[in-house]
Amino acid sequence: MLLSINDLRVKAEGKDILQGLSLNVNAGEVHAIMGPNGSGKSTLARALSGHPGYEVTEGTVTFKGQDLLAMDPEVRAREGVFMAFQYPVEIAGVNNAYFLKAALNAVRRHRGQPELDAMEFLTLVKSTMKRLEMDAAFLNRPVNEGFSGGEKKRNEIFQMAVLEPALAVLDETDSGLDIDALRVVADGVNAMRSPERATIVVTHYQRLLTYIVPDFVHVLADGRIVRSAGKELAEELEAKGYGWIEGEAARA
Amino acid sequence: MSGADMPHASESPATSLAAASPGRAERPAPIGQTTAYAAEWERTEAARAAGQPAWLRAARRQAFDRFLDLGFPGTRLEEWRFTNVAPIAESRFPLAEPAHLTAADIEPWTFADVAIRLVFVNGYYAPALSTPAASLPHGVSLGPLGPALHHLATAGDTSLARVAPVDGHAFTALNTAFLADGASLTIAPHVAIEQPIQVLFVSSPDQRATMSHPRLLVEAGADSQARIVEVYAGTPGTMYFTNAVTEVSLGEHAVVEHCRIQLESDAAFHVGVVQVEAARSSAFRAQTFALSGALLRNDITVRMAGEGVDCVLNGLYLAMAQQLVDNHTTIDHAMPHGTSLEIFKGVLGGRSRGVFNGKIIVRQDAQQTDAKQTNRALLLTDQAMIDTKPQLEIFANDVKCTHGAAIGQLDDDAIFYLRSRGLGAQEARAVLIHAFAGDLVDGVRIPGVQTRLRDILSERLTRELSRLGETAGGRA
Repeated sequence: MLLSINDLRVKAEGKDILQGLSLNVNAGEVHAIMGPNGSGKSTLARALSGHPGYEVTEGTVTFKGQDLLAMDPEVRAREGVFMAFQYPVEIAGVNNAYFLKAALNAVRRHRGQPELDAMEFLTLVKSTMKRLEMDAAFLNRPVNEGFSGGEKKRNEIFQMAVLEPALAVLDETDSGLDIDALRVVADGVNAMRSPERATIVVTHYQRLLTYIVPDFVHVLADGRIVRSAGKELAEELEAKGYGWIEGEAARA
Repeated sequence: MSGADMPHASESPATSLAAASPGRAERPAPIGQTTAYAAEWERTEAARAAGQPAWLRAARRQAFDRFLDLGFPGTRLEEWRFTNVAPIAESRFPLAEPAHLTAADIEPWTFADVAIRLVFVNGYYAPALSTPAASLPHGVSLGPLGPALHHLATAGDTSLARVAPVDGHAFTALNTAFLADGASLTIAPHVAIEQPIQVLFVSSPDQRATMSHPRLLVEAGADSQARIVEVYAGTPGTMYFTNAVTEVSLGEHAVVEHCRIQLESDAAFHVGVVQVEAARSSAFRAQTFALSGALLRNDITVRMAGEGVDCVLNGLYLAMAQQLVDNHTTIDHAMPHGTSLEIFKGVLGGRSRGVFNGKIIVRQDAQQTDAKQTNRALLLTDQAMIDTKPQLEIFANDVKCTHGAAIGQLDDDAIFYLRSRGLGAQEARAVLIHAFAGDLVDGVRIPGVQTRLRDILSERLTRELSRLGETAGGRA
């Protein structure tokens, strides 16, 4: 098993958000996490990435047989966890190429691979950029600064493609994207699908899941998974809304 | 942040210095104010008397009398409120003696692409280390000031102390009172020097904590051009006092780029006065890098004496541990159509203190002035402090004058973002600090100097960040 989350409880800003969440993800699988606002979807993504604002109070997370929660954020990244941010951060004065090369080489060092020099790095990223329909000038722009919402999300997927994580967690990557951008982002994610990798897609709406077809759909309510099923669950949610699930959860 | 809640005397750099430099240069016992300086001056004067022109001796005596009148500035003076010079005033610093350094010794402070160089060790010209004559155009005179002064008959034959007069500033008066040598660059009208010129002042004290009074005199004739790199450095770990004065005059349409780098020993005191006078349509572009020293105080004044002067005055300062860096700048728009652009940035770690005071005067005649001042400080620890004050004095009515100050910490979201991609916590911080300071380093158009500055910045930040990583004082 690639990722095993067991009875995870997480606090943010003093409030209990995740209240005993369990989830198993095997390599090769795509899991969608859906749920109404405030159900804890983004909290799950951020807790997995090691965000300091999210405090794990109970439970375990095992990634590739290791205790993920004991790792610093950078170690998680080097081990192969990648979170595409809901709100990518703008970093003035640091250009994309410099940043991404530093990140890639940190990951490669950790994996015992030789570091890439500037030429090798450029060769690698150029083809990825082309696939994601990104302008070459983008590499010399400061990280996310002055990017449109769509460009920022595309940049997240670009970073993911370059860093080749074992587990990608997409935190509401679809929010604010028009159909064209959504398709490009989805193509980027689909291109990464392989028997060695898994993806967790956190989303509020079903639309992204028509492009990134999940193997499993989980519905979160009040910090727990209240229902898990195949991809058809997403369509059901789209038609009926979250109300009926929340009602069921309350009765259970 | 207001200055009112700042302790100062209790944290004077001197208290930390004794501990910082064990074994070298014992800290002298405190004594009353100017007494020790008077004794040293009398001793020095007596030793120098032979062979020196009478006017020079008279000028030095006059300067010393002026220094005695002014005394060392106390913290009750507004301009010195945050910088307590008691550690300098109360110490006995003998005038430094000549020392022998090799090319290898000064290598860290020279640049492969700056071939023309004057080197002074402990204030004395070091001909063996200097390369003044390498292909200078006709009409340029570059060399030590001392021999030039000896040939003059009267004080009226030199413009020394014209742009930087002794009457207003105690440290300028003290510098002039001890003046024997220095660097002099004179450029005839219409001559453009393409290659950059370096002036390096190195301190290499003996067992004692000594002082030197470096002087740089630049006279750029009308329509001339030059690039000057002025570097102050010292043997690491040694304690000394450098009291430097730089005076620059620009003739009409002259263009001078001035890069000033302070890389003093971590235990050293440095008070530096830079006085610039710019004539009509000239351009003065300065970058000052205050990178190390226990106490660094810079007083930089640019007087825009003619119409249409273009002034860029940028600065980057680093203060770590218990260091104090104080930059006082004055841009004086005296005539119309002047533009000035000033950006100062500070990176403060440890228990360091920074002071920035940016005065901009726009006089009544200086209509159509366009002045912009920005100063930003990055505090790496909770114990670091900055006092920052823009000081705009505007007497003309048709001007554009803006200023902005910002003090902040590293952005936690940005640090997390970088870490989430695999960069270590320390590397993430370093990347962000370089991003903050990088544009000022990029502004140096001499590649070798730029690269060296970048390396020094990296090295100092790495040291500070690993220290922060080990203590609870830093921001996690």
